[in-house]
Amino acid sequence: MTSIPKIVGQRVALGALTLWIVSLIIFAGIQFLPGDIATEMLGQSATPETVAAFRKNLGLDLPLHLRYLSWLGGILQGHFGTALSNGREIGELIAPRLFNTLFLALSAALISVPLALFGGIVAALYRNTFIDRAINVVTLASISFPEFFVAYMLILFLAVHAGILPSLSDVDSSTSFLMRLNAVALPALTLSVVVLAHMMRMTRTSIVTLLGNQYIETARLKGMAEWRVLVRHALPNALAPIANVVVLNLAYLITGVVVVEVVFVYPGLGQLIVDSVQKRDIPVVQACSLVFAATYVLLNLTADILSIVMNPRLMHPK
Amino acid sequence: MTVIQPGVIRSGARTFASAPLSAKFGLVVIALYVLAAIFAPQLAPYGEAQIVGSQFEPWSSAFWLGTDNLGRDMVTRLIYGARNTIGIALTTTVLAFSIGSAAGLLAATFGGWTDQLLSRVMDVLMSIPQLIFALLLLSIFGTSIPSLIIIIAALDSTRVFRLTRAVAINAAVSDYVEVARLRGEGSLWIMGREILPNILPTLTAEFGLRFCFVFLLISGLSFLGVGIQPPTADWGSMVRDTATLIAYADITPLLPAGAIALLAVGVNLVVDWFLHAASGLRD
Repeated sequence: MTSIPKIVGQRVALGALTLWIVSLIIFAGIQFLPGDIATEMLGQSATPETVAAFRKNLGLDLPLHLRYLSWLGGILQGHFGTALSNGREIGELIAPRLFNTLFLALSAALISVPLALFGGIVAALYRNTFIDRAINVVTLASISFPEFFVAYMLILFLAVHAGILPSLSDVDSSTSFLMRLNAVALPALTLSVVVLAHMMRMTRTSIVTLLGNQYIETARLKGMAEWRVLVRHALPNALAPIANVVVLNLAYLITGVVVVEVVFVYPGLGQLIVDSVQKRDIPVVQACSLVFAATYVLLNLTADILSIVMNPRLMHPK
Repeated sequence: MTVIQPGVIRSGARTFASAPLSAKFGLVVIALYVLAAIFAPQLAPYGEAQIVGSQFEPWSSAFWLGTDNLGRDMVTRLIYGARNTIGIALTTTVLAFSIGSAAGLLAATFGGWTDQLLSRVMDVLMSIPQLIFALLLLSIFGTSIPSLIIIIAALDSTRVFRLTRAVAINAAVSDYVEVARLRGEGSLWIMGREILPNILPTLTAEFGLRFCFVFLLISGLSFLGVGIQPPTADWGSMVRDTATLIAYADITPLLPAGAIALLAVGVNLVVDWFLHAASGLRD
């Protein structure tokens, strides 16, 4: 049996390889652009000399592999280049928005993960009762409803009718922490609704599959209360698959923010990428895609490593 | 044109009658949507992009659900939306299945380096989140309906490939495939006549799920303004166009959003029933 460090090392290497290929794909994307960035930016009336000078300035006259290397080198040092639409440094554009997006995703995770674990345990405790069926209905709804449907329903009831929460999440760098929490409440709630059911159902399934084991039977025969059997005996063994599902859902949250940010006009990375697609500001789209893809790959890697590390059978190699 | 036998209708009716209530509901929903999509020009009171009133008119006898941000009739747009949104999602899913299942069958039948090559390419494509990849490609190729269909189909075919390959590999090692090989049948025959019929039930259920996913993804992109472009009536962009009304407690934007949600629920219910029936479980 292979040792944990070796398996983890292999996964990390695989993750790094994936990231590198992803960067290649995203870089290659710009090469398929019909026309040329130079002519696109300078307009049809530009003289050939201006275009040539501009291309030299941007480094567009270099061969492909050199351009890729300088692009990658720049990104590794935090230089993403400049935006086509307003000429600003992309790194500066992204940093505060990335913070906002992570803040939103984290808030959503803090709401949904504890609720999902609690709900999953309750569902396992009362399996095949109406609670179970209710969770099935909620799951069906959450995989079928588009995010904007959930978002506008929540806005209608919690912002317009009840008036408790703001329907626009306008934040900037001067917003205080409490105001920020208030602003992200509705978007975070929307995201939680979207991921909650899946996590809850997986928690329930992981626990229920363990309940057929003999050590559970022994615990029951000792006269233990059912919830104690679940929490003390079944839950520790179910942790690995649950942790896996939680991290995968976080990875989903990172991309799920796009639609939600647009609904609530929240100044995050998702809003930026959508705006840039509409403006066809490809360098910004590239940079955002790279950040999203890297986060996604890293979270998936974390899920992989967690499930290896938390597997009791691998922790005691024979 | 094949003539439909009365027996087919009768057995179809019997299957429908034996379906659970949830599946019946799903089937009825799908049937209504399909009818609305086919007979849109006959059902709709006005033209698809026809401006018939002033902006955001309230519900009245002339405009049952009011008008949108340009003064177009909401009922008309909703009915035409069925045609456009479902039509585009269905085309995309069919294309994704053609690419994905063909590649999956190839990988499973030939194995070796064909399988390695295809699998690694698909792995790489799947390592970028689908929505982000779609946004990147749409910004490069522009937001027209053909490029939307091709991009989403290409991205979604990776999922179809995974499933097809997984189930086809099991079928490819079975005795009847071995017999066909020894009989000297060509690879095309083995893929089309031996493996495909045996994995068809799994693929059918997957088709429903993928359709749902593609349908929601395209609606999401249209809602973001980078999917189906105006003046084509489409539910995602209708939500976007009327979204400001929600601040005045007007439920108009929830109607197209609800139309999307209801169809997705219907398809999921039918797929659940189909999977349950195919697995042979009795409750």
